[in-house]
Amino acid sequence: MKDSSRRGFMGKAFGAVAGVGAVASLYAMKKSWDPLPSVKAAGFTTLDMSAYKENELVTEKWRGKPIFVLKYTADMLAKLTEQQKARSIMINGEGYLVNLGLCTHLGCIPSYNPDDKSFLCACHGGTYDYTGDVTKAPPPRGLDIPPFKVEGNTLVLGEEGPEYKNMKANGVTL
Amino acid sequence: MAHFEKAKSLHDWLNQRLAVDAVRRVMATEYWIPKNINFLWAMGMILAVTFGLLLVSGIFLLMYYQPNVATAFDSVNYTIMKEVEFGWLWRHIHGVAASVVFLIIYIHMFTGIYYGSYKKGREMIWISGMLLFVTFSAEAFSGYMLPWGQMSYWAGMVITNLFAGGSLHADGLVEWIRGDYVPAQAFLNRFFMLHVLLLPLAILALIGLHFAALRIPHVNNQDGEEIDFEAEAAKYKAGDKAGSKVIAFANDFMSKDMMVVGIYLVFFFYLVFYHYGFAMDPVNFDPADGLKTPAHIYPEWYFLWSYEILRPFPTDPGLIAFGFAQVIFFLLPFLDRSPNAVPASRRGLFNVWFWVMLVDMIVLTAMGKLPPEGIFSTIGLVAAITFIVLWILLPFITKKEKEL
Ligand code: FES
Repeated sequence: MKDSSRRGFMGKAFGAVAGVGAVASLYAMKKSWDPLPSVKAAGFTTLDMSAYKENELVTEKWRGKPIFVLKYTADMLAKLTEQQKARSIMINGEGYLVNLGLCTHLGCIPSYNPDDKSFLCACHGGTYDYTGDVTKAPPPRGLDIPPFKVEGNTLVLGEEGPEYKNMKANGVTL
Repeated sequence: MAHFEKAKSLHDWLNQRLAVDAVRRVMATEYWIPKNINFLWAMGMILAVTFGLLLVSGIFLLMYYQPNVATAFDSVNYTIMKEVEFGWLWRHIHGVAASVVFLIIYIHMFTGIYYGSYKKGREMIWISGMLLFVTFSAEAFSGYMLPWGQMSYWAGMVITNLFAGGSLHADGLVEWIRGDYVPAQAFLNRFFMLHVLLLPLAILALIGLHFAALRIPHVNNQDGEEIDFEAEAAKYKAGDKAGSKVIAFANDFMSKDMMVVGIYLVFFFYLVFYHYGFAMDPVNFDPADGLKTPAHIYPEWYFLWSYEILRPFPTDPGLIAFGFAQVIFFLLPFLDRSPNAVPASRRGLFNVWFWVMLVDMIVLTAMGKLPPEGIFSTIGLVAAITFIVLWILLPFITKKEKEL
Protein backbone atom coordinates (compact mmCIF):
# COMPACT_ATOMS: atom_id res chain seq x y z
CA MET A 1 0.00 0.00 0.00
CA LYS A 2 2.70 2.37 1.12
CA ASP A 3 4.79 1.26 -1.82
CA SER A 4 2.09 1.83 -4.39
CA SER A 5 1.26 5.30 -3.13
CA ARG A 6 4.94 6.16 -3.39
CA ARG A 7 4.87 4.99 -7.03
CA GLY A 8 1.71 6.93 -7.56
CA PHE A 9 3.39 10.04 -6.26
CA MET A 10 6.41 9.51 -8.48
CA GLY A 11 4.12 9.02 -11.45
CA LYS A 12 2.31 12.27 -10.75
CA ALA A 13 5.56 14.14 -10.14
CA PHE A 14 6.89 12.89 -13.46
CA GLY A 15 3.64 13.83 -15.15
CA ALA A 16 3.88 17.37 -13.80
CA VAL A 17 7.47 17.84 -14.94
CA ALA A 18 6.74 16.36 -18.36
CA GLY A 19 3.61 18.48 -18.70
CA VAL A 20 5.47 21.70 -17.97
CA GLY A 21 8.15 20.68 -20.46
CA ALA A 22 5.60 19.82 -23.13
CA VAL A 23 3.76 23.12 -22.81
CA ALA A 24 7.02 25.06 -22.82
CA SER A 25 8.29 23.31 -25.94
CA LEU A 26 4.97 23.77 -27.74
CA TYR A 27 5.26 27.47 -27.01
CA ALA A 28 8.82 27.51 -28.36
CA MET A 29 7.69 25.64 -31.47
CA LYS A 30 4.86 28.09 -32.07
CA LYS A 31 7.21 31.06 -31.71
CA SER A 32 9.81 29.51 -34.01
CA TRP A 33 7.27 29.49 -36.82
CA ASP A 34 6.39 33.16 -36.37
CA PRO A 35 7.61 35.61 -39.04
CA LEU A 36 11.13 36.83 -38.28
CA PRO A 37 11.64 40.37 -36.93
CA SER A 38 13.45 41.32 -40.12
CA VAL A 39 10.39 40.30 -42.10
CA LYS A 40 8.08 42.29 -39.86
CA ALA A 41 10.32 45.36 -39.94
CA ALA A 42 10.54 45.58 -43.72
CA GLY A 43 7.24 47.37 -43.53
CA PHE A 44 6.93 50.84 -45.12
CA THR A 45 6.59 51.97 -48.71
CA THR A 46 6.29 55.60 -49.79
CA LEU A 47 4.43 56.48 -52.98
CA ASP A 48 4.66 59.77 -54.85
CA MET A 49 1.04 60.28 -55.88
CA SER A 50 1.69 62.95 -58.50
CA ALA A 51 3.40 60.41 -60.76
CA TYR A 52 0.30 58.40 -61.68
CA LYS A 53 -1.65 58.76 -64.91
CA GLU A 54 -5.41 58.75 -65.11
CA ASN A 55 -7.22 55.42 -65.57
CA GLU A 56 -3.94 53.52 -65.76
CA LEU A 57 -3.46 50.82 -63.18
CA VAL A 58 -0.01 50.66 -61.56
CA THR A 59 1.02 47.80 -59.32
CA GLU A 60 3.33 48.70 -56.47
CA LYS A 61 4.83 46.32 -53.93
CA TRP A 62 4.38 46.45 -50.18
CA ARG A 63 5.27 43.61 -47.79
CA GLY A 64 5.72 41.35 -50.80
CA LYS A 65 2.13 41.96 -51.81
CA PRO A 66 0.91 43.79 -54.89
CA ILE A 67 -0.73 47.17 -54.26
CA PHE A 68 -3.04 48.60 -56.92
CA VAL A 69 -2.90 52.34 -57.49
CA LEU A 70 -5.41 53.86 -59.90
CA LYS A 71 -5.95 57.57 -60.46
CA TYR A 72 -9.54 58.43 -61.40
CA THR A 73 -10.44 60.53 -64.41
CA ALA A 74 -12.67 63.52 -63.75
CA ASP A 75 -15.54 61.51 -65.12
CA MET A 76 -14.91 58.58 -62.76
CA LEU A 77 -14.60 60.97 -59.86
CA ALA A 78 -17.91 62.62 -60.69
CA LYS A 79 -19.75 59.32 -60.89
CA LEU A 80 -18.78 58.06 -57.42
CA THR A 81 -21.63 56.96 -55.21
CA GLU A 82 -21.45 57.61 -51.45
CA GLN A 83 -20.29 54.05 -50.81
CA GLN A 84 -17.61 54.30 -53.47
CA LYS A 85 -16.47 57.65 -52.14
CA ALA A 86 -15.86 56.08 -48.76
CA ARG A 87 -13.40 53.66 -50.38
CA SER A 88 -11.48 56.29 -52.34
CA ILE A 89 -8.49 58.29 -51.21
CA MET A 90 -8.50 62.02 -51.96
CA ILE A 91 -5.20 63.83 -52.36
CA ASN A 92 -5.07 67.44 -53.54
CA GLY A 93 -8.49 67.18 -55.11
CA GLU A 94 -7.61 64.05 -57.08
CA GLY A 95 -9.29 60.70 -56.40
CA TYR A 96 -7.39 57.43 -56.14
CA LEU A 97 -7.97 53.78 -55.58
CA VAL A 98 -5.21 52.31 -53.41
CA ASN A 99 -6.01 48.66 -52.74
CA LEU A 100 -4.32 45.42 -51.91
CA GLY A 101 -4.17 43.72 -55.28
CA LEU A 102 -5.26 40.36 -53.92
CA CYS A 103 -8.73 39.02 -54.43
CA THR A 104 -10.55 38.80 -51.10
CA HIS A 105 -11.80 35.39 -52.12
CA LEU A 106 -8.65 33.28 -52.26
CA GLY A 107 -5.92 35.74 -53.03
CA CYS A 108 -5.47 35.76 -56.80
CA ILE A 109 -4.52 39.01 -58.49
CA PRO A 110 -7.48 40.50 -60.38
CA SER A 111 -6.78 42.24 -63.66
CA TYR A 112 -7.99 45.74 -64.60
CA ASN A 113 -9.84 46.50 -67.78
CA PRO A 114 -9.50 50.26 -68.46
CA ASP A 115 -12.31 50.22 -71.05
CA ASP A 116 -15.17 49.16 -68.82
CA LYS A 117 -13.25 50.33 -65.74
CA SER A 118 -13.58 47.17 -63.68
CA PHE A 119 -11.48 44.37 -62.25
CA LEU A 120 -11.93 40.71 -63.08
CA CYS A 121 -10.48 37.92 -60.95
CA ALA A 122 -10.02 35.05 -63.38
CA CYS A 123 -9.67 32.41 -60.69
CA HIS A 124 -13.33 32.08 -59.83
CA GLY A 125 -14.84 34.87 -61.82
CA GLY A 126 -15.18 37.58 -59.14
CA THR A 127 -15.49 41.20 -60.34
CA TYR A 128 -14.87 44.60 -58.75
CA ASP A 129 -15.67 48.16 -59.83
CA TYR A 130 -12.99 50.82 -60.25
CA THR A 131 -13.06 51.68 -56.54
CA GLY A 132 -12.31 48.08 -55.69
CA ASP A 133 -15.81 47.38 -54.42
CA VAL A 134 -17.06 43.88 -55.17
CA THR A 135 -19.69 43.63 -57.88
CA LYS A 136 -19.88 39.86 -58.36
CA ALA A 137 -19.28 36.99 -55.91
CA PRO A 138 -17.47 34.80 -54.84
CA PRO A 139 -15.33 37.53 -53.24
CA PRO A 140 -17.04 38.31 -49.94
CA ARG A 141 -16.06 42.01 -49.87
CA GLY A 142 -14.27 44.69 -51.80
CA LEU A 143 -10.52 44.71 -52.17
CA ASP A 144 -8.80 45.48 -48.89
CA ILE A 145 -7.18 48.86 -48.36
CA PRO A 146 -3.71 48.72 -46.85
CA PRO A 147 -2.90 50.92 -43.83
CA PHE A 148 -1.91 54.32 -45.25
CA LYS A 149 -1.12 57.85 -44.20
CA VAL A 150 -1.39 60.90 -46.44
CA GLU A 151 1.57 63.26 -46.21
CA GLY A 152 1.21 66.14 -48.64
CA ASN A 153 1.59 64.62 -52.07
CA THR A 154 2.86 61.27 -50.83
CA LEU A 155 1.28 58.22 -49.34
CA VAL A 156 3.04 56.08 -46.74
CA LEU A 157 1.91 52.45 -46.72
CA GLY A 158 2.20 50.58 -43.44
CA GLU A 159 1.32 53.53 -41.23
CA GLU A 160 -2.23 54.15 -40.02
CA GLY A 161 -3.25 57.74 -40.74
CA PRO A 162 -6.55 59.31 -39.62
CA GLU A 163 -8.25 58.65 -42.99
CA TYR A 164 -7.38 54.98 -42.74
CA LYS A 165 -8.54 54.71 -39.12
CA ASN A 166 -11.78 56.28 -40.24
CA MET A 167 -12.26 53.73 -43.02
CA LYS A 168 -11.60 50.92 -40.58
CA ALA A 169 -14.08 52.27 -38.07
CA ASN A 170 -16.72 52.59 -40.79
CA GLY A 171 -16.18 49.02 -41.93
CA VAL A 172 -14.94 50.03 -45.38
CA THR A 173 -11.89 47.84 -44.95
CA LEU A 174 -10.64 45.30 -42.47
CA MET B 1 15.57 -16.98 -23.85
CA ALA B 2 18.90 -15.65 -22.77
CA HIS B 3 20.43 -19.04 -23.35
CA PHE B 4 22.71 -19.05 -26.34
CA GLU B 5 24.42 -21.93 -28.04
CA LYS B 6 27.37 -21.80 -30.30
CA ALA B 7 25.90 -20.98 -33.66
CA LYS B 8 26.06 -23.60 -36.37
CA SER B 9 25.67 -21.09 -39.18
CA LEU B 10 25.15 -17.40 -39.84
CA HIS B 11 21.43 -18.09 -40.11
CA ASP B 12 21.47 -19.84 -36.74
CA TRP B 13 23.49 -16.99 -35.21
CA LEU B 14 20.93 -14.45 -36.42
CA ASN B 15 18.05 -16.67 -35.49
CA GLN B 16 19.18 -16.77 -31.87
CA ARG B 17 19.37 -13.00 -31.78
CA LEU B 18 16.65 -11.80 -34.14
CA ALA B 19 14.26 -14.76 -34.38
CA VAL B 20 14.36 -14.47 -38.17
CA ASP B 21 12.51 -17.74 -38.67
CA ALA B 22 9.62 -16.72 -36.45
CA VAL B 23 9.38 -13.30 -38.09
CA ARG B 24 9.36 -14.89 -41.53
CA ARG B 25 6.57 -17.22 -40.49
CA VAL B 26 4.40 -14.42 -39.11
CA MET B 27 5.02 -12.01 -41.95
CA ALA B 28 5.28 -14.28 -44.95
CA THR B 29 5.04 -18.04 -45.04
CA GLU B 30 2.15 -18.27 -42.56
CA TYR B 31 0.46 -15.01 -43.34
CA TRP B 32 -2.72 -16.19 -45.02
CA ILE B 33 -4.31 -14.60 -48.04
CA PRO B 34 -7.71 -15.67 -49.43
CA LYS B 35 -7.54 -17.24 -52.86
CA ASN B 36 -10.50 -15.48 -54.41
CA ILE B 37 -9.15 -12.00 -54.81
CA ASN B 38 -8.46 -10.33 -58.12
CA PHE B 39 -5.79 -8.03 -59.47
CA LEU B 40 -7.38 -5.01 -57.77
CA TRP B 41 -5.97 -6.31 -54.51
CA ALA B 42 -2.47 -5.86 -55.86
CA MET B 43 -2.82 -2.06 -55.64
CA GLY B 44 -1.38 -2.12 -52.13
CA MET B 45 1.80 -3.71 -53.38
CA ILE B 46 1.91 -1.30 -56.32
CA LEU B 47 1.63 1.59 -53.89
CA ALA B 48 4.47 0.23 -51.80
CA VAL B 49 6.64 -0.07 -54.91
CA THR B 50 5.72 3.43 -56.09
CA PHE B 51 6.51 4.86 -52.68
CA GLY B 52 9.90 3.16 -52.92
CA LEU B 53 10.46 4.82 -56.31
CA LEU B 54 9.52 8.19 -54.87
CA LEU B 55 11.91 7.71 -51.98
CA VAL B 56 14.90 6.72 -54.09
CA SER B 57 14.37 9.34 -56.80
CA GLY B 58 13.72 11.92 -54.08
CA ILE B 59 17.06 11.18 -52.45
CA PHE B 60 18.84 11.85 -55.72
CA LEU B 61 16.95 15.10 -56.30
CA LEU B 62 17.73 16.16 -52.76
CA MET B 63 21.44 16.13 -53.50
CA TYR B 64 21.16 19.01 -55.98
CA TYR B 65 17.98 20.85 -55.04
CA GLN B 66 18.47 24.21 -53.28
CA PRO B 67 15.69 25.44 -50.98
CA ASN B 68 16.27 29.12 -51.64
CA VAL B 69 13.85 31.48 -53.38
CA ALA B 70 16.65 32.82 -55.55
CA THR B 71 18.09 29.50 -56.66
CA ALA B 72 15.36 26.87 -56.27
CA PHE B 73 13.93 27.29 -59.76
CA ASP B 74 17.30 26.99 -61.50
CA SER B 75 18.52 24.17 -59.30
CA VAL B 76 15.59 22.13 -60.62
CA ASN B 77 15.23 23.36 -64.18
CA TYR B 78 18.87 23.90 -64.96
CA THR B 79 21.15 21.98 -62.58
CA ILE B 80 19.10 18.82 -62.21
CA MET B 81 17.64 18.78 -65.70
CA LYS B 82 20.70 19.81 -67.71
CA GLU B 83 23.86 19.40 -65.68
CA VAL B 84 23.43 16.38 -63.45
CA GLU B 85 23.85 13.20 -65.44
CA PHE B 86 20.55 11.32 -65.40
CA GLY B 87 19.11 14.13 -63.28
CA TRP B 88 16.17 14.24 -65.72
CA LEU B 89 15.52 10.58 -64.98
CA TRP B 90 15.11 11.14 -61.24
CA ARG B 91 12.95 14.15 -61.79
CA HIS B 92 10.69 12.40 -64.28
CA ILE B 93 10.40 9.34 -62.05
CA HIS B 94 9.59 11.57 -59.09
CA GLY B 95 7.08 13.68 -60.98
CA VAL B 96 5.33 10.79 -62.71
CA ALA B 97 5.25 8.68 -59.54
CA ALA B 98 3.78 11.59 -57.55
CA SER B 99 0.93 11.77 -60.04
CA VAL B 100 0.40 8.07 -60.65
CA VAL B 101 0.48 7.26 -56.95
CA PHE B 102 -2.82 9.13 -56.59
CA LEU B 103 -4.39 7.22 -59.47
CA ILE B 104 -3.51 3.99 -57.70
CA ILE B 105 -4.67 5.33 -54.32
CA TYR B 106 -8.06 6.18 -55.82
CA ILE B 107 -8.34 2.72 -57.41
CA HIS B 108 -7.33 1.20 -54.08
CA MET B 109 -9.95 3.28 -52.24
CA PHE B 110 -12.77 2.55 -54.65
CA THR B 111 -11.90 -1.15 -54.64
CA GLY B 112 -12.27 -1.04 -50.86
CA ILE B 113 -15.60 0.75 -51.14
CA TYR B 114 -16.92 -1.58 -53.85
CA TYR B 115 -16.14 -4.77 -51.94
CA GLY B 116 -17.03 -3.39 -48.49
CA SER B 117 -13.51 -3.93 -47.18
CA TYR B 118 -13.97 -1.23 -44.53
CA LYS B 119 -16.62 -3.14 -42.61
CA LYS B 120 -16.90 -5.64 -39.83
CA GLY B 121 -13.70 -5.29 -37.91
CA ARG B 122 -11.78 -3.72 -40.78
CA GLU B 123 -12.56 -0.11 -39.82
CA MET B 124 -8.98 0.58 -38.75
CA ILE B 125 -7.68 -0.50 -42.14
CA TRP B 126 -9.94 2.09 -43.72
CA ILE B 127 -9.16 4.86 -41.23
CA SER B 128 -5.40 4.33 -41.37
CA GLY B 129 -5.69 4.28 -45.16
CA MET B 130 -7.52 7.60 -45.16
CA LEU B 131 -4.88 9.06 -42.85
CA LEU B 132 -2.33 7.93 -45.41
CA PHE B 133 -4.32 9.60 -48.16
CA VAL B 134 -4.38 12.90 -46.28
CA THR B 135 -0.66 12.72 -45.47
CA PHE B 136 0.15 11.87 -49.08
CA SER B 137 -1.89 14.91 -50.13
CA ALA B 138 0.14 17.14 -47.84
CA GLU B 139 3.32 15.50 -49.12
CA ALA B 140 2.31 16.12 -52.73
CA PHE B 141 1.35 19.71 -52.03
CA SER B 142 4.55 20.54 -50.17
CA GLY B 143 6.58 18.94 -52.95
CA TYR B 144 4.72 20.97 -55.55
CA MET B 145 6.01 24.14 -53.86
CA LEU B 146 9.67 23.27 -54.16
CA PRO B 147 10.51 24.11 -57.82
CA TRP B 148 9.25 27.62 -56.95
CA GLY B 149 7.54 28.24 -60.27
CA GLN B 150 4.43 30.33 -60.85
CA MET B 151 1.99 27.54 -60.04
CA SER B 152 3.98 26.63 -56.93
CA TYR B 153 3.81 30.17 -55.66
CA TRP B 154 0.15 30.77 -56.40
CA ALA B 155 -0.98 27.35 -55.25
CA GLY B 156 0.87 28.11 -52.03
CA MET B 157 -0.86 31.47 -51.80
CA VAL B 158 -4.35 30.10 -52.42
CA ILE B 159 -4.08 27.02 -50.24
CA THR B 160 -2.59 28.86 -47.26
CA ASN B 161 -5.32 31.50 -47.60
CA LEU B 162 -7.88 28.75 -46.97
CA PHE B 163 -6.61 28.69 -43.39
CA ALA B 164 -7.94 32.19 -42.83
CA GLY B 165 -11.28 30.38 -42.49
CA GLY B 166 -13.31 32.67 -44.73
CA SER B 167 -14.97 35.42 -42.74
CA LEU B 168 -13.13 34.38 -39.59
CA HIS B 169 -10.20 36.35 -41.05
CA ALA B 170 -7.56 34.40 -39.22
CA ASP B 171 -4.89 36.27 -41.18
CA GLY B 172 -2.48 35.87 -38.27
CA LEU B 173 -2.74 32.11 -38.65
CA VAL B 174 -2.01 32.37 -42.37
CA GLU B 175 1.02 34.56 -41.73
CA TRP B 176 2.15 32.14 -39.04
CA ILE B 177 1.95 29.20 -41.46
CA ARG B 178 3.88 31.17 -44.08
CA GLY B 179 6.33 32.81 -41.71
CA ASP B 180 5.84 35.93 -43.83
CA TYR B 181 3.09 38.07 -45.33
CA VAL B 182 3.34 36.16 -48.59
CA PRO B 183 4.98 32.86 -49.55
CA ALA B 184 8.70 33.68 -49.32
CA GLN B 185 11.95 32.23 -48.01
CA ALA B 186 10.62 31.06 -44.64
CA PHE B 187 7.71 29.41 -46.42
CA LEU B 188 9.93 27.59 -48.91
CA ASN B 189 12.26 26.34 -46.19
CA ARG B 190 9.56 24.99 -43.96
CA PHE B 191 7.71 23.28 -46.79
CA PHE B 192 11.02 21.77 -47.83
CA MET B 193 11.45 20.42 -44.31
CA LEU B 194 7.91 19.04 -44.32
CA HIS B 195 8.40 17.42 -47.71
CA VAL B 196 11.70 15.69 -47.05
CA LEU B 197 11.53 14.91 -43.36
CA LEU B 198 8.42 15.30 -41.26
CA LEU B 199 5.78 14.09 -43.70
CA PRO B 200 7.79 11.12 -45.01
CA LEU B 201 8.34 10.05 -41.39
CA ALA B 202 4.62 10.29 -40.78
CA ILE B 203 3.94 8.33 -43.98
CA LEU B 204 6.32 5.55 -42.95
CA ALA B 205 4.69 5.32 -39.53
CA LEU B 206 1.22 5.24 -41.10
CA ILE B 207 2.22 2.55 -43.57
CA GLY B 208 3.30 0.51 -40.54
CA LEU B 209 -0.08 1.14 -38.92
CA HIS B 210 -1.95 0.32 -42.13
CA PHE B 211 -0.18 -3.04 -42.45
CA ALA B 212 -0.64 -3.80 -38.76
CA ALA B 213 -4.35 -3.02 -39.06
CA LEU B 214 -4.56 -5.63 -41.82
CA ARG B 215 -2.65 -8.43 -40.10
CA ILE B 216 -5.31 -9.46 -37.55
CA PRO B 217 -8.66 -9.08 -39.41
CA HIS B 218 -7.01 -10.32 -42.62
CA VAL B 219 -7.70 -9.13 -46.09
CA ASN B 220 -11.28 -9.19 -47.43
CA ASN B 221 -12.14 -11.19 -50.55
CA GLN B 222 -14.17 -10.90 -53.73
CA ASP B 223 -17.31 -12.48 -52.28
CA GLY B 224 -17.08 -10.88 -48.87
CA GLU B 225 -17.03 -14.42 -47.55
CA GLU B 226 -16.14 -14.81 -43.89
CA ILE B 227 -13.24 -17.23 -43.91
CA ASP B 228 -12.12 -19.23 -40.90
CA PHE B 229 -8.47 -18.47 -41.46
CA GLU B 230 -7.18 -20.90 -38.85
CA ALA B 231 -9.10 -23.89 -40.15
CA GLU B 232 -8.22 -23.09 -43.76
CA ALA B 233 -4.57 -22.55 -42.85
CA ALA B 234 -4.49 -25.91 -41.08
CA LYS B 235 -5.84 -27.55 -44.25
CA TYR B 236 -3.18 -25.81 -46.30
CA LYS B 237 -0.40 -26.86 -43.95
CA ALA B 238 -1.67 -30.42 -43.91
CA GLY B 239 -1.04 -30.51 -47.65
CA ASP B 240 -4.54 -29.89 -48.97
CA LYS B 241 -3.46 -26.83 -50.91
CA ALA B 242 -6.17 -27.19 -53.52
CA GLY B 243 -8.98 -27.56 -50.99
CA SER B 244 -7.91 -24.70 -48.74
CA LYS B 245 -9.44 -21.31 -49.28
CA VAL B 246 -6.22 -19.51 -48.40
CA ILE B 247 -2.64 -19.47 -49.56
CA ALA B 248 0.54 -18.25 -47.97
CA PHE B 249 1.53 -14.67 -48.68
CA ALA B 250 5.06 -15.68 -49.60
CA ASN B 251 5.97 -17.03 -51.97
CA ASP B 252 2.63 -18.22 -53.34
CA PHE B 253 0.56 -15.08 -53.33
CA MET B 254 3.53 -12.79 -53.93
CA SER B 255 4.09 -14.33 -57.34
CA LYS B 256 0.69 -13.04 -58.47
CA ASP B 257 1.20 -9.65 -56.82
CA MET B 258 4.56 -9.29 -58.47
CA MET B 259 3.20 -10.10 -61.88
CA VAL B 260 0.72 -7.23 -61.58
CA VAL B 261 3.54 -5.02 -60.32
CA GLY B 262 5.59 -6.05 -63.35
CA ILE B 263 2.86 -4.99 -65.77
CA TYR B 264 2.44 -1.76 -63.84
CA LEU B 265 6.14 -0.97 -64.00
CA VAL B 266 6.18 -1.35 -67.78
CA PHE B 267 3.32 1.16 -67.97
CA PHE B 268 5.01 3.39 -65.40
CA PHE B 269 8.34 3.60 -67.21
CA TYR B 270 6.57 4.09 -70.50
CA LEU B 271 5.15 7.26 -68.93
CA VAL B 272 8.50 8.24 -67.46
CA PHE B 273 10.30 8.02 -70.78
CA TYR B 274 7.64 9.08 -73.26
CA HIS B 275 4.85 10.96 -71.48
CA TYR B 276 6.35 12.62 -68.44
CA GLY B 277 4.84 15.94 -69.54
CA PHE B 278 1.38 15.18 -68.14
CA ALA B 279 2.78 15.33 -64.61
CA MET B 280 4.33 18.75 -65.06
CA ASP B 281 2.29 21.92 -65.27
CA PRO B 282 3.51 24.23 -68.05
CA VAL B 283 2.82 27.28 -65.87
CA ASN B 284 5.35 25.98 -63.38
CA PHE B 285 8.12 26.49 -65.92
CA ASP B 286 7.85 30.24 -65.28
CA PRO B 287 9.71 31.38 -62.18
CA ALA B 288 7.53 32.48 -59.26
CA ASP B 289 6.32 36.07 -59.51
CA GLY B 290 4.40 37.55 -56.60
CA LEU B 291 3.04 40.38 -58.73
CA LYS B 292 1.48 38.34 -61.51
CA THR B 293 -1.22 35.69 -61.23
CA PRO B 294 -1.53 33.01 -63.90
CA ALA B 295 -4.83 33.22 -65.81
CA HIS B 296 -6.26 30.11 -64.22
CA ILE B 297 -5.15 28.58 -60.99
CA TYR B 298 -5.95 24.92 -60.65
CA PRO B 299 -4.34 22.16 -58.64
CA GLU B 300 -2.95 18.90 -60.00
CA TRP B 301 -5.61 16.52 -61.32
CA TYR B 302 -5.84 14.50 -58.13
CA PHE B 303 -7.08 17.46 -56.08
CA LEU B 304 -9.49 18.78 -58.70
CA TRP B 305 -12.59 17.08 -57.33
CA SER B 306 -12.26 18.62 -53.87
CA TYR B 307 -11.22 21.96 -55.38
CA GLU B 308 -14.39 21.94 -57.46
CA ILE B 309 -16.47 21.34 -54.34
CA LEU B 310 -15.01 24.57 -52.93
CA ARG B 311 -15.38 26.66 -56.03
CA PRO B 312 -19.06 27.07 -56.95
CA PHE B 313 -20.15 28.35 -53.52
CA PRO B 314 -19.61 31.70 -51.79
CA THR B 315 -16.57 31.71 -49.48
CA ASP B 316 -17.98 30.39 -46.22
CA PRO B 317 -20.33 27.70 -47.51
CA GLY B 318 -17.55 26.79 -49.95
CA LEU B 319 -15.08 26.28 -47.15
CA ILE B 320 -17.57 24.22 -45.19
CA ALA B 321 -18.30 22.04 -48.23
CA PHE B 322 -14.57 21.68 -48.82
CA GLY B 323 -13.95 20.67 -45.19
CA PHE B 324 -16.85 18.22 -45.47
CA ALA B 325 -15.28 16.62 -48.55
CA GLN B 326 -11.96 16.23 -46.73
CA VAL B 327 -13.30 14.38 -43.70
CA ILE B 328 -16.40 12.56 -44.88
CA PHE B 329 -14.55 9.56 -46.34
CA PHE B 330 -13.14 8.83 -42.89
CA LEU B 331 -16.67 8.21 -41.64
CA LEU B 332 -17.60 5.71 -44.35
CA PRO B 333 -17.45 2.63 -42.06
CA PHE B 334 -19.91 4.31 -39.70
CA LEU B 335 -22.22 5.88 -42.27
CA ASP B 336 -22.69 2.56 -44.04
CA ARG B 337 -25.29 0.95 -41.77
CA SER B 338 -25.67 -2.30 -43.68
CA PRO B 339 -24.18 -5.48 -42.21
CA ASN B 340 -23.37 -6.87 -45.66
CA ALA B 341 -19.70 -6.95 -46.60
CA VAL B 342 -20.29 -8.11 -50.16
CA PRO B 343 -19.57 -6.57 -53.56
CA ALA B 344 -21.71 -3.53 -54.36
CA SER B 345 -23.25 -5.38 -57.31
CA ARG B 346 -25.20 -7.55 -54.84
CA ARG B 347 -26.30 -4.70 -52.59
CA GLY B 348 -29.11 -3.08 -54.56
CA LEU B 349 -29.32 0.66 -53.93
CA PHE B 350 -25.77 0.83 -52.64
CA ASN B 351 -24.62 -0.30 -56.07
CA VAL B 352 -26.34 2.74 -57.57
CA TRP B 353 -24.79 4.94 -54.85
CA PHE B 354 -21.32 3.60 -55.62
CA TRP B 355 -21.48 4.24 -59.34
CA VAL B 356 -23.12 7.64 -59.01
CA MET B 357 -20.42 8.65 -56.53
CA LEU B 358 -17.67 7.45 -58.86
CA VAL B 359 -19.11 9.27 -61.88
CA ASP B 360 -19.79 12.37 -59.79
CA MET B 361 -16.18 12.55 -58.71
CA ILE B 362 -15.02 12.19 -62.31
CA VAL B 363 -17.37 15.02 -63.32
CA LEU B 364 -16.07 17.17 -60.45
CA THR B 365 -12.51 16.44 -61.57
CA ALA B 366 -13.26 17.50 -65.14
CA MET B 367 -15.10 20.67 -64.07
CA GLY B 368 -12.33 21.59 -61.66
CA LYS B 369 -9.94 21.82 -64.58
CA LEU B 370 -12.21 23.92 -66.79
CA PRO B 371 -12.54 27.67 -66.32
CA PRO B 372 -15.43 28.55 -63.97
CA GLU B 373 -17.70 30.07 -66.58
CA GLY B 374 -21.20 29.56 -67.89
CA ILE B 375 -22.38 26.01 -68.21
CA PHE B 376 -19.26 24.63 -66.53
CA SER B 377 -19.95 26.40 -63.25
CA THR B 378 -23.53 25.14 -63.34
CA ILE B 379 -22.43 21.55 -63.90
CA GLY B 380 -19.83 22.01 -61.16
CA LEU B 381 -22.44 23.32 -58.74
CA VAL B 382 -24.80 20.42 -59.45
CA ALA B 383 -21.99 17.89 -59.07
CA ALA B 384 -20.81 19.46 -55.80
CA ILE B 385 -24.34 19.35 -54.38
CA THR B 386 -24.76 15.77 -55.62
CA PHE B 387 -21.61 14.80 -53.75
CA ILE B 388 -22.90 16.19 -50.47
CA VAL B 389 -26.39 14.77 -50.94
CA LEU B 390 -24.98 11.31 -51.70
CA TRP B 391 -23.20 11.25 -48.36
CA ILE B 392 -26.28 12.40 -46.51
CA LEU B 393 -28.31 9.64 -48.21
CA LEU B 394 -25.82 6.89 -47.47
CA PRO B 395 -26.96 5.97 -43.93
CA PHE B 396 -30.59 5.84 -45.04
CA ILE B 397 -30.19 3.65 -48.09
CA THR B 398 -27.81 1.27 -46.32
CA LYS B 399 -30.09 1.04 -43.29
CA LYS B 400 -32.88 -0.18 -45.54
CA GLU B 401 -30.69 -2.81 -47.15
CA LYS B 402 -31.82 -6.40 -46.57
CA GLU B 403 -29.40 -8.66 -44.76
CA LEU B 404 -27.85 -11.17 -47.15
S1 FES C 1 -9.61 34.17 -55.86
FE1 FES C 1 -10.64 35.75 -56.90
S2 FES C 1 -12.55 34.91 -57.32
FE2 FES C 1 -11.56 33.32 -56.16
